Amino acid sequence: MAGRRTLDLEGLQSLIDALRDRGYRVVGPTVRDDAVVLAEITTLQDLPGGIGDEQQPGHYRTRPRDDGALFGFATTVQSAKPVLFPANELLWRGTRSPSGFEVSRDVPDDAPVALFGIRGCDLAAVGIHDSVLVGRPAVDAHYARRRDRSLLIAVTCSTPAGTCFCASMGTGPRPGDGADLVLTELLDAEGHRFLIESESPAGADALAHLVTTPATAADQAAADEVVATATAHMGRRLRTDDLHDLLYASAESPRWSDVAERCLACTNCTMVCPTCFCTSVEDVSDLSGDIDERHRVWDSCFSLEYSRLHGGAVRTSTGARYRQWLTHKLAAWPDQFGMSGCVGCGRCLTWCPAGIDLTAEVAALREELAHRETSRTGPRPPSTDH
Amino acid sequence: MSENPTLAVWKFASCDGCQLTLLNCEDELLALAERVEVAYFPEATGAVVSGPYDISLVEGSITTPADAERIQQVRAASGLLVTIGACATSGGIQALRNFADVSEFLSVVYAHPAYVATLDRSTPISAHVTVDVQLRGCPIDRHQLLEVLGALLQGRRPRIPTFSVCVECKQRGTTCVAVAHGTPCLGPVTQAGCGALCPSVDRGCYGCFGPSDTPNTASLAATLRAQGVPEDAVMRLFRTFNAGTEPFRLESTAHEPTTGANAAPRTEVTS
Ligand code: SF4
Ligand code: SF4
Ligand code: SF4
Repeated sequence: MAGRRTLDLEGLQSLIDALRDRGYRVVGPTVRDDAVVLAEITTLQDLPGGIGDEQQPGHYRTRPRDDGALFGFATTVQSAKPVLFPANELLWRGTRSPSGFEVSRDVPDDAPVALFGIRGCDLAAVGIHDSVLVGRPAVDAHYARRRDRSLLIAVTCSTPAGTCFCASMGTGPRPGDGADLVLTELLDAEGHRFLIESESPAGADALAHLVTTPATAADQAAADEVVATATAHMGRRLRTDDLHDLLYASAESPRWSDVAERCLACTNCTMVCPTCFCTSVEDVSDLSGDIDERHRVWDSCFSLEYSRLHGGAVRTSTGARYRQWLTHKLAAWPDQFGMSGCVGCGRCLTWCPAGIDLTAEVAALREELAHRETSRTGPRPPSTDH
Repeated sequence: MSENPTLAVWKFASCDGCQLTLLNCEDELLALAERVEVAYFPEATGAVVSGPYDISLVEGSITTPADAERIQQVRAASGLLVTIGACATSGGIQALRNFADVSEFLSVVYAHPAYVATLDRSTPISAHVTVDVQLRGCPIDRHQLLEVLGALLQGRRPRIPTFSVCVECKQRGTTCVAVAHGTPCLGPVTQAGCGALCPSVDRGCYGCFGPSDTPNTASLAATLRAQGVPEDAVMRLFRTFNAGTEPFRLESTAHEPTTGANAAPRTEVTS
C-alpha cells in the first residue's frame, strides 16, 4: 500500500478529469428528484454538496447540511448493482436469414466505468457478486467484462443513516478490501480535503498522477475520528453469531405469518439489495418473428411466478416468500458461497413501502425461538423422583 | 386472398381508448397488416369480413342486456378471445355503479327511465364467457398489445408479468415516490405492465392495471393511513378504474364512511 496522501478539492476534480481522459465513464452520487442517486458525473458540482439524508424503515428524505460535505449522505438510492449487473441485459439476438438463422452474442462494449464514491457496504457487495458471478465454474460473461474494466473509488462513510448496520456486518464505515482508491472526506479547521489511499496497482497509478501532499499525523487522526464517529452512529445493529442456526431453526416460526400480514410482496427489498442477483430469462420477438432476442432481467423471490415449476408456483404464500428471502440472505447464502448475503446497507429497510425492518424481524425470530426453547425445556415441574 | 389469421376488434361499454392504442402502434401497423387480416374493426375501417375470426380483441364491459347477448355471439365467432383494458377485464370505471343504486341514477338523469334498458352492475367479459388472454390497463400498453399479438401469431405464450409496478420502478431506476416523497402510490398492489409510467413522472400509481398476483391491499391501506391519507381518500384510491375487482372492491368498502346520513350504501357483488 502506497503512503497516505491528502488531496484538496482541486485535486479531486483533477481525479475525475484524469479518469475521463482515460476513457472512463465516471459514475457517482448526484441529486435527482430529491434523492441521492448514482449517475454519470463530470464535475464536483454534480456531487451532492451540502446534502445529507434521513432514512428510516419505509422513509427517505434528503436534508441540507451546513458543512458543504460532498459525501455527507449515507447511501445512494440504488447501489452499484444496476451499473455492473443491469436490470435488463441482452444476452443474444437471433436473426432469420434465407438459409436459416444467425445468432449474434452481445458483449457489453460500453465505456469502462469508474464508480466514484462507492460506500463500504456496496464495495463488499461488489466483492460478493465477484464471487457469485465470476468466481464459480459458470462465469457471467457480461458481468465479468464490465467488472474487469471497472475502477472502484470508495469513500469512507461519515454520516450513517437510521437504517445502516455495516458495522455489524464488518463492511464499513471504512471501506474494506477490493477498492482501487479509498478516500476519507475531512472537514475540520485544516480545511476541506480528502485522505487518499491506493489499494491496487491501478489505484496507485491514478494516485501517482495527482497533485497530493503527504498526509500528516493530524490528517490520519482526523480520518480515524470520522470512522469512529460513524461507527458510533449506526442506525441499526444486527447480532450475527447465531444467524445461520437461528434461521434454520425458525423454518416453522409463526413469525412468518406475522410479517406476511405487513409484507406487500412488492419485491422492492430484493430489487434494491446490492447482493440479490436473481433473474429470469425472457425471449422477445418482433411481430414478423424474424428477430428474436434473449434478455436476462431482474426477478425476485417475492414474485409469485418466480417459483413456478411444473404444475404451479411453489411459494404461494407471502410468508413463504419472506422466509425464503431472509433465510437465503442470512443462512443459505453462507452455506452456498461462504459469506453473508447481507452487507448491512439498510436499503431493504428504507425502500420497503411497508417499513419492514430486517434487523427487527431477526430479533423477533430470536425471541420466538428462545421462548419456544424455554417452554420445551423448563421451567420443570417439581421433581418427585427422590 | 392471404392465408393470414383474421383479427376482429369489438366494442362494449368503453371509451375506445384501448382500440386507439392499436391504431397508435404507428411504427408497427404495417408489419401487423402484413401478418393479420383486419376483418372487423369499425373504429378504423368500414370493411367487414364475416366471421368466424381467428383472434378477437374485446374492449369494454357488459352493462346492458343486449350486450350480455352479443358477447355470447362474439365468443362463438372467435378463435382466441383477448380482452383489452380495465373495462373488459374488471368492469371499468363504470363499475362504480356496482356500489350504488342504478334505478336512482336513472330517475335523476333521464326524463323517461322506462326507455333505458341497463343492468344494475357493470361486469367484466370474463364474467360472461371464457377469455383466453387478458390485457390490463386504462388504457392498455401498446408494447403489451404487440407482445400478445406477436406471441399469438408465433404460437408462443405471451409474456405478461403479474408482479407489482414496483419491479418496473426499480428496473428503470425510478426513485420510489412513496418512500422518498410521501406520495400515495398503489404500485405495491398493482400489476406491472405500464413500465411504471406515473412514478417516472413523479406521480403515485393510480392502479389502472388492477391488482397484482399477490395484492396485500390491507397492508398498503394501513401504510397510506400512516402517511396521513384520510379514510375516505383511501376508499377513493381503490375505487377507480378497477373498483370491480375483488381485492380493490373489498379494500375500498372497508374504508367507506360508516357514519352520517350520506354513508354510501353497502352493496355486495357476487360473481
Ligand atoms: S439484505 Fe438489506 S441491508 Fe442487507 S445488503 Fe440487502 S438490502 Fe442491504
Ligand atoms: S419486505 Fe417490504 S419491500 Fe420486501 S416485498 Fe415485503 S413489503 Fe416489499
Ligand atoms: S413509486 Fe410506487 S410503484 Fe414505484 S416502487 Fe414506490 S411504491 Fe412501488
